[in-house]
Amino acid sequence: MALPNNYTYEVAILVGLNAVVCVGLNLLVGYAGQISLGHAGFFGLGAYGSGILAARYGWPPALSLPAAVAGVAVLAWLVGRPILRLRGHYLAMATLGLGIIVSQVLATEDRITGGPDGMAVPAFFFTGEKAWYWVIATLLVLTVWLAQNLIDSPRGRALRALHGAETAAAAAGIDAARHKLAAFVLSAALAALAGALTAHYSGFITPSKASFLHSIELVTMVVFGGMASTFGAVVGAAVLTTLPQLLAGFKDYELVALGALMMLTMIFMPRGLVPTLESAFHAARRKPR
Amino acid sequence: MLRAASLAKRFGGVRAVHDVTLEIAAGAVHSIIGPNGAGKTTLLNLLSGIERPDLGEIHFDGAALTGEPPHRFAAAGIGRTFQNLQIFFNMSALENVMAGAWLHQACGLAAALLRPPGLARAEQRAREEAQVLLEFVGLARWTHAASDAMPYGALKRLEIARALAARPRLLLLDEPAAGLNPTEARELDGLIRRIAARGVTVVLVEHNMKLVMELSQRVLVLHEGRKLAEGEPRQVSADPAVLEAYLGAEHA
Amino acid sequence: MSAQLLQSLLSGLTVGAIYALVALGFAIIYNASRVINFAQGEFVMIGGMAAAVFVDAGLPLPLSVVAAVGLGMAVGLLLEKLAVEPARGAPVVTLIIITIGASILLRGLAALVWGKKIRPLPAFSGDAPIVIGGTAGGATLLPQTLWVLGTTLAAVAALWWFFNRTLSGKAMLAVSHNRLAATLVGISVRRVLLVSFGLSAALGALAGVLIAPISFTAWDVGVMLGLKGFAAAMLGGIGSGPGAVAGGLALGLVEALGAGYLSSAYKDVFAFVVLLAALVFLPNGLAGRGTAERV
Repeated sequence: MALPNNYTYEVAILVGLNAVVCVGLNLLVGYAGQISLGHAGFFGLGAYGSGILAARYGWPPALSLPAAVAGVAVLAWLVGRPILRLRGHYLAMATLGLGIIVSQVLATEDRITGGPDGMAVPAFFFTGEKAWYWVIATLLVLTVWLAQNLIDSPRGRALRALHGAETAAAAAGIDAARHKLAAFVLSAALAALAGALTAHYSGFITPSKASFLHSIELVTMVVFGGMASTFGAVVGAAVLTTLPQLLAGFKDYELVALGALMMLTMIFMPRGLVPTLESAFHAARRKPR
Repeated sequence: MLRAASLAKRFGGVRAVHDVTLEIAAGAVHSIIGPNGAGKTTLLNLLSGIERPDLGEIHFDGAALTGEPPHRFAAAGIGRTFQNLQIFFNMSALENVMAGAWLHQACGLAAALLRPPGLARAEQRAREEAQVLLEFVGLARWTHAASDAMPYGALKRLEIARALAARPRLLLLDEPAAGLNPTEARELDGLIRRIAARGVTVVLVEHNMKLVMELSQRVLVLHEGRKLAEGEPRQVSADPAVLEAYLGAEHA
Repeated sequence: MSAQLLQSLLSGLTVGAIYALVALGFAIIYNASRVINFAQGEFVMIGGMAAAVFVDAGLPLPLSVVAAVGLGMAVGLLLEKLAVEPARGAPVVTLIIITIGASILLRGLAALVWGKKIRPLPAFSGDAPIVIGGTAGGATLLPQTLWVLGTTLAAVAALWWFFNRTLSGKAMLAVSHNRLAATLVGISVRRVLLVSFGLSAALGALAGVLIAPISFTAWDVGVMLGLKGFAAAMLGGIGSGPGAVAGGLALGLVEALGAGYLSSAYKDVFAFVVLLAALVFLPNGLAGRGTAERV
């Protein structure tokens, strides 16, 4: 899909990167029924991981990127095991706490990370909006394909069973801890990948990318677009990434708009935009009788 | 088949189950009865791994299962239904049953992500098997229905179908007749007989005495967390201690 | 006792008292509704900011303080009516997002209406520090600290009296134990919810007003205070009043001692490390009760 100008490419790239994170987050939140209020932490760790390896240790980005993603996956695996034993509010708070610790460490250890002002990151071997656009678009399509495969597979069913009634799922032989952990690690790895790509694309990274607010934005995208809907996650990312761009003149209203959007969505469209529209569509089709 | 020795479980100050020893022989229908609060569901939770006993041991076909998480109990061949329905309301009836067959569909993460050709065929087979099970329990017309649109009686049978999907050798049914009218209870009686005829050992926790007396080969009576009596249905129903527990001292 | 230790202890108790008030707010709302109100911190912000704005506008300090607490309470009531009530019975994720959305909305509104400047608030009874332990290496105590500690003590006592000795308070406790039974005996759960939000908001605003003279106030102070207050509530066992107070004080002390002796750069992190440790190792908190799922 070719686009009119450079600016639209930029926005599309941002949308694509957010969408990749959201598809992963949706697997965790929408399908597995868990919650993560600290996912930006994984995003930031991926970004800084690859950035630091490339900028300070001279690794070529082609190596630093997979290394960073792998590192974050391992970290998510280690951290996930104790944390996923928690449920509901407790899990929310634990992920939130982790996210904040990560963002604080990134901002404080300025010798390695450049502190609150961030650090520069070397570019990839290709540059230019168009090239990046095609790469990200391909990545997004690939991610959606993988996610849908997972959802349609017996493992996807097992995840949804865990979400539906965890005790009954366990009684059916589903190892709750392992499946939740797998979803957690997978979504963390995707976030890290998107983070690392963002860093190399922008050439710069700041700790705000790992902030609590960013975590909330990501969750809002998933929740607004539609939980338990891969397409919904993409739509949510698209809408919530482009909206601030459109409201560029109203920067002061950004927070108000975000907050209001979150509240109104949850009150009136608790399942998210896409599933609500789908239901309305089905209901309308059944009407003439 | 299943041996449990000196099981005990307390919740705070309440001794839900105390020093219960029992043995389930393969191939028979067993019932566990007792007044409300006797500890029946807790016992079932212990036997399916949902709760961990504070004391005691559980062995299934020689394998020690004490303290294992519930999915290990399931993998060993123990299935169960729940007193308060634990249906996967986010899925259709068919998907519920397919989900129950997880132990026979296990696929690795890589396979799930990449969707190799064998998977589609396996899914089709799983769908067909689930459909057969739904017919077996008499829910053929609800196959594609959303589970949250189904009536209570149907949902109870759905839970049974789901539990059977795992091909258990021992099936624990927690008050399957609760909330069923006499007609439905009779259909349940028939269903349980058909399940037993397939070679599945059934343990029933029930209040419906008619069902218990007609179906079971052995009955265990629990009272205040302890085993009160055990034996053949006729024997147990005449036991004065049992009558006293249910009806009060004057009627014994 | 060394001066530094004494200083750390004092500042730890002071900020701990604030965390305790915020944590109490969490506990009250959680007990009535099983909702974790992520917007709790914003009530603290509103209290401090509103008081500062009123003082700037010329109102005398006592009146500003009362008006600010009143405004906080009003916002709490509005939040319950407009956001929580319509979503009753919704799953946990939904409620979490709603209250997070509310906190973001309130923060955005504060920035819009009151600007992003950091604002001071005059201390209640002057700034002259009280020196303890002699002029050579003693610790200094701000009079405001005494206000914080004293008011918190009074508030806790008042709440204890309310919940244990008045009918309304007992009604609220009844709802937290068994909502259905409470309805059946004629307690209006809706009213209890409303009161719990109003009360928690007032507590939060009070905390904001108390701490503003010491650590200034701005549009975004609510985030950290809210999160740390929540950490305190979790530490003490969510839903436990005494636990919230104990948790708040403990957290304040850990933070002050950690900042003083370990690393002042990571001051804000201590609370979250404590929170994580509490969640993983002490799932029911120091004094709280766990809930078992009945199958």
